[in-house]
Amino acid sequence: MEQRIPLRSLAPELLARNFAEAEPGLTPKAAVEESNRCLYCYDAPCIKACPTGINIPSFIKRIATSNLKGAATAIMDANPVGASCSRVCPTEILCEGACVLNDASEPIMIGKLQRYATDWAIQNGRPLFKAGTPNGRKVAIVGGGPAGLSAARELARDGFAVTIYEAKPLAGGLDTHGIVSFRLPQSVSLWEVEQVEKLGVTIRTGVKVGTDVPVSDLMDNFDAVVLAAGMGYVPPLGIEGEFLDGVYDAIQLVEGTKSDELPILALSGARVAVIGAGNTAIDAATCSVRLGAENVKIVYRRTKDEMTAYDFEYEFAKQEGVEFSWLTAPSRIIGDENGKVMHLECVRMQLTEPGADGRRTPVPIEGSEFLMPVDAIVTAIGQKRRTGLIEMFGLAHNRGVVQIDTATHVTSNPKVYAAGDIVFGAGQGEAMVVSAAEQGKRCAHAIREHFASAADDESGPEQVAI
Amino acid sequence: MADLTINLAGIKAPNPFWLASAPPTNTGYQVQRAFEAGWGGAVWKTLGEPIINTSSRFAAVHFNGQRVAGFNNIELITDRPLEVNLKEIYETKKRFPNHAVVASLMVEPKREKWHEIVKRVEDVGVDGLELNFGCPHGMAERGMGAASGQQPDLVEKQTMWAKEAAKTPVIVKLTPNITDITVTARHAVMGGADAISMINTINSLAGVDIHSWNTIPHVGGKGAHGGYCGPAVKPIALNMVAECARHPEIGVPISGIGGISTWQDAVEFMLMGASGVQICTAAMHHGFRIVEEMIDGLNNYLDEKGIESVMELVGKSVQRYSNWGDLDLNYKVVARINTDTCINCNKCHIACEDTSHQCIDMLTGASGNYLEVREEDCVGCNLCSIVCPVDGAIEMVEIASDLNPMSWNDRQRTLARLNAGQTEMEVV
Repeated sequence: MEQRIPLRSLAPELLARNFAEAEPGLTPKAAVEESNRCLYCYDAPCIKACPTGINIPSFIKRIATSNLKGAATAIMDANPVGASCSRVCPTEILCEGACVLNDASEPIMIGKLQRYATDWAIQNGRPLFKAGTPNGRKVAIVGGGPAGLSAARELARDGFAVTIYEAKPLAGGLDTHGIVSFRLPQSVSLWEVEQVEKLGVTIRTGVKVGTDVPVSDLMDNFDAVVLAAGMGYVPPLGIEGEFLDGVYDAIQLVEGTKSDELPILALSGARVAVIGAGNTAIDAATCSVRLGAENVKIVYRRTKDEMTAYDFEYEFAKQEGVEFSWLTAPSRIIGDENGKVMHLECVRMQLTEPGADGRRTPVPIEGSEFLMPVDAIVTAIGQKRRTGLIEMFGLAHNRGVVQIDTATHVTSNPKVYAAGDIVFGAGQGEAMVVSAAEQGKRCAHAIREHFASAADDESGPEQVAI
Repeated sequence: MADLTINLAGIKAPNPFWLASAPPTNTGYQVQRAFEAGWGGAVWKTLGEPIINTSSRFAAVHFNGQRVAGFNNIELITDRPLEVNLKEIYETKKRFPNHAVVASLMVEPKREKWHEIVKRVEDVGVDGLELNFGCPHGMAERGMGAASGQQPDLVEKQTMWAKEAAKTPVIVKLTPNITDITVTARHAVMGGADAISMINTINSLAGVDIHSWNTIPHVGGKGAHGGYCGPAVKPIALNMVAECARHPEIGVPISGIGGISTWQDAVEFMLMGASGVQICTAAMHHGFRIVEEMIDGLNNYLDEKGIESVMELVGKSVQRYSNWGDLDLNYKVVARINTDTCINCNKCHIACEDTSHQCIDMLTGASGNYLEVREEDCVGCNLCSIVCPVDGAIEMVEIASDLNPMSWNDRQRTLARLNAGQTEMEVV
């Protein structure tokens, strides 16, 4: 058998370089040229294509007229996580995909201009928004990710006293922990967190609702609750050997590269198989490359046409040297005598008739099993639902997807609103950061409207029946 | 949030951005939409008779892929009856009592005509009057617009007639199609003008179609000069505003007009003495919503500078605008090229070599080609920094002079004194 060199971590300076932001920002000259190319369309399709409805022509005109504060304000006003979104949004299917210049010449680089303006705001340091006059109402938010932060920012501007409960030591959710640093440096997300804190929002980190704080505390002590707890780690594959040493969870793997507290995986020289072909799988694969892996394969039971990763993610992964094994399903993980991963047993698949979701169903080709020699396996087949927490709140859900009124985001309990990944799935919602931000805003606006109409009924805060 | 309100000769407005008398202010519908969008005031499209218009009317000059660097029109005054306009002015003012509504007027140069129109528009509640002595086409043939604006005595006389009847402030709008605008400005003031506005459009022909050989625009195969405006005319307008602002015998508030398309342009006009600005082409190019970007930019600029009121800007740069004869001839700047940011397009070299003072050398060093200014030969003309496409790659740096400041006028005075002394000595 081939003798493998023991795996180790890359040198810290090499890791730092590999995990530094890959895409450079626009230079001032490029920003001036690009912003002046924008047509400043009326009823612009880019605005409609943005889930948060950023007034894109306006912020671009402000860049063109050296009003970067105005540009950043226009962006962040509509999207409290607009700096992160400038880097992680699939712009080619959103704003840039809708740009009228697509066919005429080239679409405006909206994402990069958005980054240029928000980078200015990050460097400038001064807050862009003010908290509203206190209205005496209190709102608890469970989860400090994009949806929770967005709701908190809007509620604070409307004068609500907001407390965010965040299970992790840092707020920001996936932007802080789950998106690879070379696409989204953690500092960008933490700046967004800071902007929300500066409005007087209390963020209680390291506090898990349902464990550290009972749900009843929130229900009893707040006028409204926004549930924005996202999703959990990757669920089990359900195949033999998945608890062997060397099998990793994709989300934890990425998280490890963004946190100082968790050890960075020793993958230098490793052969890595990533199971799944969504955006998290791509992130795990490119992370593995940058951790020094010698060969990284994405193992997916369907084909490129069915994968859920965005095109630009796929292109990026290819450029990073990630290989794709289509129509390949893992069937067993085989370890060595020390319980260390050695092989991934796979079976070849073929596509048959479309299933319920419209995608063609893969079925195994009999007798096609083969062994893929690996040093590490990363699972990225989705995320666990927060069913336990949802049930503690007693909310109606569809297999862990909180059921909401899509206009107001109110749940089956009229005091509880929900947004973000916790409402995503089963044909409801969107998985994008920008969608979570918009949903958080909608929760906040629905809460504002709710209490505004309650006030109109001339009931004081104490008498409002919720 | 700075205070953006202005007061122009007693006419108050929530901000300095007014729509100029032009197509955007043709109807109450438009002016009200503009106020909703955020404009601080509007000078109604010139009232008068008769209603005559041509088709087509507009043309623009595009520059290197950027549309509407300049704009040309042969449209005339209002295309609607006076009664309709008066009714809509009344309704607009009623809906927007705090916005400035100014009526632009143009009548035959007859005293009773001025009295009559002034009375009628003031009766519907306008905040001020703007006398249109600038329209360069169509009306001039009838002794109105620029035809009267080019004759200082007619400007004075008609201003006086308007003032005789007016209870609201009278702004006289001046034509730039004249050798020295301060002459007509002075005569407007002598006639009693409370303020002046400038510039109206500049005589222009936007272009000639090189295939059909028609003028652009043309009316059934024939063209005539129109009036030019838009970003391209800004420097001309800015100079005229500044010349009037610094003229000791003018001394009335100025409403600045001419190519203003950004908040920065507005700041420049105000620094050069305008108490507010009027805008047309930018609104025609982008719609009324463009004012949002102007207001936001101006507000952030004032906050950034710690300026509480926009009116504090008015005239701050006027004292720095002078005569050539007062410039210090011993002041010296030279170009310096930053080789780190230089992208080696060599445009500065060829511009200097062919068209200025041959002082930028193309050199080769260990790390390749680079450019260097021979400072002793550099006259500080700025050309290289103008053609340089990269911000900060060419800096114009001040060189300390051993000589005391001396202007041409200082020099002439010194020479005169010396010559006078010599004469005396000779006499002695």
